[in-house]
Amino acid sequence: MNWLLDIFRRRRIYGDLAEEMRIHLEERTEQFANEGMSRKEAEQAARRAFGNSTLLEERSREVWRMPFVESFGTDLKLVFRRLGKSPGFAATVILTLAIGIGANTAVFSVTNSVLFRPLPYPDAEQLVAIRLIAPGAAGLADFSSGLRLSSSMYFTFAEQKRTFQSFGVWNTGTASVTGVDQPHEVHTAWISDGVLQALSVPPVLGRWLLPADQDPHGAKPVMLSYGYWQRRFGGDRSVIGRSIAIDGQSRQIVGVMPKGFELVNAEFDVITPFAFDRNKQQLAGFGLQGIARLKPGIPIAQANEDVKRMLPIWEDSWPSGVKGFNPHFYEKNWKIAPAIRPLKQEVIGSVGNVLWVVMATIGVVMLIACTNVANLLLVRADGRQQELAVRAALGASRGRIAWELLLESVALGLIGGVLGIGIAYEGLRLLAAIGPADLPRLGEISLDGRSLWFTLALSLLSGLLFGSIPVLKYVGARMPTALRGAGRTVSVSRERQRSRDLLVVAQVAMALVLLVSAMLMIRTFQALRHVEPGFSQPEHLQTMRISIPPSLVPDPQMVTRMQNNIVDKLAAIPGVTSVGFADAMPMEGIESNWNGIQIEGKKSDETAPMRLFRYVSPGFFHTSGTRMIAGRELTWTEIYGRRPVAIISENLARESWGSASAALHKRLQDLPDTPWFEVVGVVEDVHVNGVQEKAPAIVYWPSMVEGIYGPHTFGATRGATFVVRSDRAGTEAFLSEIQQGVWSVNPSLPLASVRTMQEIYSQSLARTSFTLVMLGIAGSMALVLGIIGIYGVISYAVSQRTREIGIRLALGEQRGRLRWMFVRSALVLTGCGLAIGLAAAAGLVGLMKSLLYGVSPMDPVTYLSVLMVLAASAVLASYLPARRAAAVNPVEALRAE
Amino acid sequence: MTKSTARDLFPGALEMMILESLRRQPAHGYALVQHIQQRSNNLLQVEEGSLYPALQRLLKANLVKARWGVSSTNRRVRTYQITAAGLRHLEQEISSFERMFEGISLVLTPGRSEAT
Repeated sequence: MNWLLDIFRRRRIYGDLAEEMRIHLEERTEQFANEGMSRKEAEQAARRAFGNSTLLEERSREVWRMPFVESFGTDLKLVFRRLGKSPGFAATVILTLAIGIGANTAVFSVTNSVLFRPLPYPDAEQLVAIRLIAPGAAGLADFSSGLRLSSSMYFTFAEQKRTFQSFGVWNTGTASVTGVDQPHEVHTAWISDGVLQALSVPPVLGRWLLPADQDPHGAKPVMLSYGYWQRRFGGDRSVIGRSIAIDGQSRQIVGVMPKGFELVNAEFDVITPFAFDRNKQQLAGFGLQGIARLKPGIPIAQANEDVKRMLPIWEDSWPSGVKGFNPHFYEKNWKIAPAIRPLKQEVIGSVGNVLWVVMATIGVVMLIACTNVANLLLVRADGRQQELAVRAALGASRGRIAWELLLESVALGLIGGVLGIGIAYEGLRLLAAIGPADLPRLGEISLDGRSLWFTLALSLLSGLLFGSIPVLKYVGARMPTALRGAGRTVSVSRERQRSRDLLVVAQVAMALVLLVSAMLMIRTFQALRHVEPGFSQPEHLQTMRISIPPSLVPDPQMVTRMQNNIVDKLAAIPGVTSVGFADAMPMEGIESNWNGIQIEGKKSDETAPMRLFRYVSPGFFHTSGTRMIAGRELTWTEIYGRRPVAIISENLARESWGSASAALHKRLQDLPDTPWFEVVGVVEDVHVNGVQEKAPAIVYWPSMVEGIYGPHTFGATRGATFVVRSDRAGTEAFLSEIQQGVWSVNPSLPLASVRTMQEIYSQSLARTSFTLVMLGIAGSMALVLGIIGIYGVISYAVSQRTREIGIRLALGEQRGRLRWMFVRSALVLTGCGLAIGLAAAAGLVGLMKSLLYGVSPMDPVTYLSVLMVLAASAVLASYLPARRAAAVNPVEALRAE
Repeated sequence: MTKSTARDLFPGALEMMILESLRRQPAHGYALVQHIQQRSNNLLQVEEGSLYPALQRLLKANLVKARWGVSSTNRRVRTYQITAAGLRHLEQEISSFERMFEGISLVLTPGRSEAT
């Protein structure tokens, strides 16, 4: 605590010291005077003998201080005093930095939360997604990123596994719940035993689903999500043991999962156990997702080996359901193989690309902001050059001056950083509100410790970066020159202007890269908007999901009747032009069935290409605006009569028979021994997985169909998306009329996912539009900062050269030529920047290739338009100060001397 | 040549000389300067003022203490006095300085004949 005492004693100590030194000088003066010097001479001699009293007093005082802390405090005080004297400069710099750092912190927080942080499960690095590939299955790649697992695989893998601690399969879907207030639709997660064990997140209430719950003949349990428990049961803890009816099946609630728990990337309301009947398993039916927890220390390669070992066991263990089927077909023909990957990768998907590009873009904006700030600092240091030179001449060391300059810029950086955190916080809230719904882990995004460290590092680094430029410039300068240069008769030297010029060149180059990438996204978006999605006027298409559970209507024929009634009721609503339904609308994200389709007359081998299945009602294509290329739609007579007819997509028709019209009345078949279906219509291709994906070949079966999946099976599409075409789509009154119409057919039918086709379409473009918005913002920031940079440099040059301009004008220089001189100097700088930027852009935009659609990274339109915009901006930004230069009155400019 | 022989003292030398002077008798700053200059036959050219930072260091380390009083010339002066800790410190410094000086002389002695 000595130092604390020192602080209190210090005033007295300093007083003593000053007094003592004054007395010393007095005594010495007296001595010299006694030796015969005049009073004045004696005083001077005493001072000479004593040395630099101010410096020595400072050194003596320093003994009593904590030198670093205190001089730091003093320096900081000076910095703030200086900034307070130029509030305009301080505000500009701090605001620029706050926005730059804020944007970077926000984007880093997103990247950190989504890409870097582990998934919210214990020991998440052991979790893997079990995926399979089947490169030999033609057509599969058209509509699926891999081959999913079958239920028979679940039995084999769960029993034979060696490298997994636990393994399970899961899937998602929708179901209707009755018995709790109004009937409503819920998101369901179907899981096998092993899934919850792998994820290892204990329930917040009750218990997990257990292996015994999988008995197809046993009790029927269900678990709830936290959100659903809160919404429907008000968080009542006595729900355990109560029963709810899910799709008409009464199930007992056994547990509730904790808040924020997601099944991989799926949000759900209820978890229900699969109850596979072991005796009815076949090889095929690849619709399940696999998840496993690896044993500690097992690498993915070894797990792949394990699955590879189990695949032949699986093929030999289960029937194919088809006579004469070679059980090793999947290995030999499909070349089925494991492709296990970390669960995190599965969750993040392709969004990593977007985030990296956005992060890089925002980083470049920060660099541009830093160059602008550096420019401002240079101008400011220019103003202080004389002061600095005088101080250097008086003995201030270069390190000392550099330290002061750096301290100022680092302080600016840190203030900007603090404000930036506020901006980032608001930005993240905004992002959570407007961000694309398909951004994974959206709910987990937050400003955490790592983001704050990032902000601190960024603030310090940027402070050092833009601070070091004036330091290098002025501290390194030879001081005598600086002193002389500060005199009034010297015009600005080329050397002084050069570093500012370099900054402008850098700025233009970076702005070009950003604008090119923003422009490429705009072009991508344009290209996507020009893709015909396979439906028309989506804003006039009202869609909703209606499921008819077997418990409500057991007979498929009656299901179809009911759907027919709904269609008729909805068609009678005023303003409705037509109504139809299908098992799913394009881009709705609902998993579809698919299988290998045989074409009659073609050689029948086992590797018939995979085709996507859709089930449609009469009038569906007319309603959704999908063009009939040839033939006609299905009729209700055909559906009720279970006639083997089908409609196919144009690309399937061309591939199989050469043209759309040639396909009519030709026949195709799903499995051997099932009926041949006659093609009665061909429709345009539909981009069911989003416009950026290729339109797959599709077979449209009747909504009620016999003979698919084996002979004598027959079923109706129970979960269907109804589409209603009307100008009134999306309005409140219209929706309630639709609700009334459906309930007049059956009052216990829930309407779910009520939205217009436009919403579905926009959502499928969400990621592209998100990237576009982010790059657009970054690009315009870069452009504005670039213009400010050019403007600032030229107008500073003008102000520094007023005298020279005056002389030129006095000697008869044309004003037009004078204007051109300044505009030209801006254009030269811009030209250098553009050249460097072009080279950089050409190298960098390749990185965003995966985000582009229908436009080459070297798209000439993009480059030309960006070049023109930047050149025009440069002319504009330099013309204003140039005009001011030409308006200089030579008499006044010279009189100002 | 003669001009450049005036060299800076090594760190701690001034403190050592101050302590040695104060061991003989307490003194104020000006008297200390006078004493050191006389004793060194004016060979040491020390800025008089540089005494004060050294005195502050000694004060801070409790090797000397100071008191305001009146000098023989009837002037208000601040008189410094060596403390017990100061005495101990001085002994140590002197013996370590002597060792250093001896070492330097040993190194320099054989070279002297060659240099001349």
